[in-house]
Amino acid sequence: MAISEKEVKHVAWLARLGLTDAEVEKFTRQLDVILEHAGKISSLDLAQIPPTSHAIPLKNVLREDRVGTCLTPEDALSNAPKTEDQAFAVPRIV
Amino acid sequence: MEYESVIGLEIHVELDTESKMFCACSTRFGERPNTQTCPVCLGMPGSLPVANKKAIEYVIRSGLAVGCEISLYSQFHRKNYFYPDMPKDYQISQYDRPLCLAGSIDLDMETYETRLGITRIHLEEDTGKLIHIGGAGRIVGAEYSLVDFNRAGVPLMEIVSEPDMRTPEEAKAYARKLRAILISIGVSDCNMDKGSMRVDANISIRPKGATELGVKAELKNLNSFRSLQRALAYEIERQKKAIAEGEPIMQETRHWDETKGTTSTLRTKEYAHDYRYFPDPDLVPMEFDPTWIEGIRATLRELPDERKQRFITHYGLPAHDASLLTETKAMGDFFEETVTLYKGDPKAVSNWMLGDISYYLNTENLEIDETAVTPKHLAELLKLMDKGTISGKIAKEIFPEMFDTGKLPQIIVEEKGMTQISDESEIEKIIDMVLEENASAVREYHEGKERAFGFLVGQAMRLTKGRGNPQLINRLLREKLQG
Ligand SMILES: [Zn+2]
Repeated sequence: MAISEKEVKHVAWLARLGLTDAEVEKFTRQLDVILEHAGKISSLDLAQIPPTSHAIPLKNVLREDRVGTCLTPEDALSNAPKTEDQAFAVPRIV
Repeated sequence: MEYESVIGLEIHVELDTESKMFCACSTRFGERPNTQTCPVCLGMPGSLPVANKKAIEYVIRSGLAVGCEISLYSQFHRKNYFYPDMPKDYQISQYDRPLCLAGSIDLDMETYETRLGITRIHLEEDTGKLIHIGGAGRIVGAEYSLVDFNRAGVPLMEIVSEPDMRTPEEAKAYARKLRAILISIGVSDCNMDKGSMRVDANISIRPKGATELGVKAELKNLNSFRSLQRALAYEIERQKKAIAEGEPIMQETRHWDETKGTTSTLRTKEYAHDYRYFPDPDLVPMEFDPTWIEGIRATLRELPDERKQRFITHYGLPAHDASLLTETKAMGDFFEETVTLYKGDPKAVSNWMLGDISYYLNTENLEIDETAVTPKHLAELLKLMDKGTISGKIAKEIFPEMFDTGKLPQIIVEEKGMTQISDESEIEKIIDMVLEENASAVREYHEGKERAFGFLVGQAMRLTKGRGNPQLINRLLREKLQG
């Protein structure tokens, strides 16, 4: 196995996903297949190949430091379930 | 057992750009909540970040100023965590490809000199601001929180030091020096009150001579250089005591309470791999042309160390004066402007700035450019003294009023009738009175008691309400006594 149920539970916790035991079992199996498949790459000699973090051969896409238009606070807050004093109100954090 | 402390600092600095790191929202401080947001900095699905070129340039400029190697290839990563201060649930930061690596800062610690390493400098985005409602404004105990995203996405530079510092004093000196450098190269105002410079400290202790590192605590909420030094000193003692009592030191984040003067546990430190860094697919890599970097190097302004050297050679100041005057850009600028206006001895300017002015600034907790006093005030004050219009004593007297009201010294002198009396006949009259009234002191003087002379000078000064020209009083009194 390339991944354990314990690791799947940990990753699920990090992503704030609540999984049932059946889901943990199912995803462990699925992730194992994916990791095993991706693991095939390790069998190749890739010492000279840089990691492919981006699929397109672009670099240095930068913008000049200029201020543009912002949303109005009303628009910015329009999707918020709860607001107060022109701010997003969020539930208790800890 | 004798212990030594091992201290490293992580310093966050908001860069002085007009617009945010990955969008065109303004970075202005102190605006109404959520007036400076857009789909990018609110993390709306489908929005795409584009990096601010100036912010990248500022980080490279900072790296060059502290002798870093500049990476010719660099990249942004996503740092994943759940916290309402980031709407995307990740912060765009840098991981294994920071913009700058391996620099250092030289410190002059009065009795020794030392070089402290800088591990890396990277670029990221600032988070939003949280206001906790209920629970006295602290996150623990709050009922709910309000989020203002005006600050979310402001370019934030993180400077990570090597664990090279051994004392709280070194840590403070390092942070001050770094601040002076960053201000002088114009990348940030590094205002600790407004939070544009924030210092976190990692601290562990170990038996003296050991090479292995102890378990470290990370200190937060260090809002001034003073609290940095105090918090470190407190934490060193706390860890020593814990070890002596056989308690384990936990790797944890601790909150400094400025009023109580203590640190307390904040939350268990998450391990770095829990952030699941991965390259941000929306931001393509950066590759720099060495000539572009050399171009940035060429625009570097004079660094504090270079300015210090120039103050020594050009103005003939002692190294100690030059160090203190170049500690902040504002002090150095004030000094140079005053010398230009005054055209007199630079050391006299330095004496005033490091004496009365610094005393006043420390008492009032102000920077020199936050007061009503300008180089013109000091230059005029020195000129009035040189001309003999006022004595040094009077100058010291009118000084606080100058600070409080911003009035020029000439005006204060005239308003208060504080002009020095340098008229010989007027002084002579006063001396005659003094001699008449203090016959016993005169006798003592003639018996060879020099102290009596000082007493008589004092009496003359008293009669002139401190306005008599001291040199003149001295000379005339001596003449009269001997004549
Ligand atoms: Zn924005």
